[in-house]
Amino acid sequence: MKMRGAKIFVETLKREGVKHIFGYPGGAVLPVFDELHDSNISFILTRHEQGAAHAADGYARSTGKVGVCIATSGPGATNLVTGIANAYMDSIPIVAFTGQVRTDLIGNDAFQEADVTGITRPITKHNFLVKNVNDLSRIVREAFYIASTGRPGPVVVDLPVDVQMNETDFNYPKNVDLKGYKPVYEGHLKQIERAAKLIATSKRPIIYAGGGIIISGASKELRELFLKTNIPVTTTLLGLGAFDQKEELSLDMLGMHGTVYANNAIMDSDLIIAIGARFDDRVTGKIDKFAPYAKVIHVDIDPAAISKNVVVDVPIVGDVKDVLKKLNKIVKKPKIDEWLRLVKQWKKEYPIVYDSKATVVKPQYVVEQIYKATGGDAIISTEVGQNQMWAAQFYEFTKPRTFISSGGLGTMGYGFPAAIGAQVGNPDKIVFDIAGDGSIQMNIQELCTVANYNIPVKIAILNNSYLGMIRQWQELFYKKRYMASYLKNPDFVKLAESFGVKGIRVEKKREVKTAINEAIRIKGPVLLDFVVSEEENVLPMVPTGSAINRMIGGMA
Amino acid sequence: MKHTISALVENKFGVLAHVAGLFSARGFNIDSLAVGKTDDPEISRMTIVVDADDLTLEQVKKQLNKLINIISVHDITKRNFIDRELMLIKVSINKKNRQQVLEIAETLEAKTVHVGMKTISLQIVGSLDKIETAIKLLKPFGIKEVVRTGRIAMAEE
Repeated sequence: MKMRGAKIFVETLKREGVKHIFGYPGGAVLPVFDELHDSNISFILTRHEQGAAHAADGYARSTGKVGVCIATSGPGATNLVTGIANAYMDSIPIVAFTGQVRTDLIGNDAFQEADVTGITRPITKHNFLVKNVNDLSRIVREAFYIASTGRPGPVVVDLPVDVQMNETDFNYPKNVDLKGYKPVYEGHLKQIERAAKLIATSKRPIIYAGGGIIISGASKELRELFLKTNIPVTTTLLGLGAFDQKEELSLDMLGMHGTVYANNAIMDSDLIIAIGARFDDRVTGKIDKFAPYAKVIHVDIDPAAISKNVVVDVPIVGDVKDVLKKLNKIVKKPKIDEWLRLVKQWKKEYPIVYDSKATVVKPQYVVEQIYKATGGDAIISTEVGQNQMWAAQFYEFTKPRTFISSGGLGTMGYGFPAAIGAQVGNPDKIVFDIAGDGSIQMNIQELCTVANYNIPVKIAILNNSYLGMIRQWQELFYKKRYMASYLKNPDFVKLAESFGVKGIRVEKKREVKTAINEAIRIKGPVLLDFVVSEEENVLPMVPTGSAINRMIGGMA
Repeated sequence: MKHTISALVENKFGVLAHVAGLFSARGFNIDSLAVGKTDDPEISRMTIVVDADDLTLEQVKKQLNKLINIISVHDITKRNFIDRELMLIKVSINKKNRQQVLEIAETLEAKTVHVGMKTISLQIVGSLDKIETAIKLLKPFGIKEVVRTGRIAMAEE
C-alpha cells in the first residue's frame, strides 16, 4: 500500500516503540505534524527547540529508552544543536529529527535552510539526510539502532519536506545491517583474567565508576564486585546513583569538587579499576601527577576512550555489564584491611561540610532538606555550576537513573527541560530540578510547557543573585573582581505565576522544610525560590592544573 | 612523523566530510588523500597521508573506526607496503634545453603526454621519492604546473 513519507515516518516511530516526542513545529515539518495529529504518540510542545532536545535527553537518561525530539529546518534545527552536543558528550541516546527544505532547493540558500548534517557532524554519533522516501523507514530504523547500541549517542535525521510528502510502499526493514558498525559487547576473557589477577594481589585498589555503569544497567554487577572484593568505590559526577552512597566504603564523587577521601584514595592507590568512565580532566586534575603509583584496569565499550588520557595496563573493551559478570565469577578478595582502615579514617576525618548552624539559608541546607523530604527517592536534575555541585555533594544517591546532569558539555539551562523529560518518562516519580538563578533563566520559557501539560516538576532555585561558580572563581583566582557575575534577577515567584505555575519564595531557614513539603504535596509544577547566602563557595575544590589531592577547603 | 592510513569506507555522501572533519578538528593538515571505488561499487578505498605524532594518530584512528560508514582503518606505515602516485608536470622548454628535458624524462621513465612549442608535459608514476626527485630535476627548467593524485598505498601481505 502506498503511503506518504510523513505517515511512513510516524508508522516507523511506532514500531520503534516511541511513546513521547518533544518538539516544535515549523514549515518544513508540517507533513509530519499533520500525521502526528492522528497518532497516539504523545507530543509535548516545548517553548524553544533547545528545551525539546534537553527534554528528550532527560527522558533518555531517566528511562533508558531513546529520547526523541523534532524541530523544523534552519533556526529550528540550529536551536537543537546545544542539546545534541550535550547528549553527545554524555553518551545519551536521542534521535533528533529536523525538517529540511525541498531536496531540489538544498544548497540554494532557501528560506529557513541550514546545512544540518554539516553543522551536527562533529556532535552526533551519526547523522542522515534522507534524499529519497524509499530510504526513509530504513534510515529511521538505523537511527534508533545506532543511537541506542554500543556507546550510545545522538543521531540526527534530516527530513526534506518533499520526502515527507512523496509516496511509496511502506516497508519497515526486519533487520539492521550496517557494514561499518558492529559494536563489541563481550569483553576478552584473557584480559578479564589479567584484571582478576591484578585485583587479587593489589594492596590499595579503588573502583572508579562512571556513567557507563548506568548506561549499561550494571549497578547490580558493580555491587556484586564490591561485595566480593570489598574494594572502595568512587564515582564520577555522571556515575552518581551507580553505587549506593549509603555504603560505608562509598567514597562518593571524586575530582574537582569531589571528596577529600576519594581524591586521596585514588592518588594513593596502587590499582585503579575504571569502569565506564573516561578520565575526564575534571576528574584527573593535572594529568602527569595523577595517581602515580597506580596500575590501571579500564573497562569501556568505546576503544577510543581507552588510553586516551592515561596509560592503561589492562584495557578491556566491552559492555561493562558483560565484563563485570565475567569478572565477578573469577575475582578474589585482595588483602586490603590496612588500606580500608586508612580510607575509612579519611572518610571520617574529611567529610564534606558546610556551616549547618548558620541562621541564613545555606544552599547546601536546601539540598539536604530536599533529600530528606524525598527520602532520596526522587529524580534530581541539575543545572550547571554551584547548584550542580551542591546537588552532587549533599544529595545521597542510591539508585541509577536518579541523577540527571550535564556532565561533559556543562550546559546551563539543561536541568529544567531535562526534568520535564524525566517527569514525562516517570510520571509517578517526584522530579526536582536543583537550579541556580542564572541557569534557570536560560530555559525559563519552559514554565509554560509544565503549566500547559501540568507536568509536576519542582524547581528549586538556589538564588544567590550571582552566577555563583563564576563569582567563586573570580573570588579565588581573579582578586574578587566580580565582572558580569552579579545578577539583577526578575521576581521568580511572580514570573512563575504569570505562566500559571505555583511560586513560593523562601527567605527563612525554618521555612525551607515546609516549602519543600508543600511543593511535593501540590499535584502540579512548583517553583521554589530559595533566597540563599550570596557568597557561598563550593568546597572542597581542586584549582585547575593542580593534582587532585591538593584541595582548597578540604580540611575544615 | 608521516603516516599512511588506508581505510575502507561506504561509498556514500558525507563520508569524506566526516573523515576530513576528524583530522581538521585536531588541527592536522592532510598531506594527501586519494579516494576511489573498489571492485565493489558500494565500497571505496581511501588512502590518507598525514603528519602526526603516534599517540594523537592512534586516537584519530580509533575515532575513524567509530564512524558508522567506515568499515576498516589501518595505519600501514610500519608494515611493508607498496605506494604509488601519479604526477602530471608541465615544464618550460626552448630549443636549447628540449633534448635535456627529454633525457631526464627517459631516466625517470616518464611518459611524454604533450609537447608544445614552449612547454612539455610529462606523466610520472612512482613512489613519493621518485616524484620528489622528478620535481627537483625539472625545477631548473621552470615548472609551469604540477598536478598530483596523492598517494595510493597497499600493504604487501
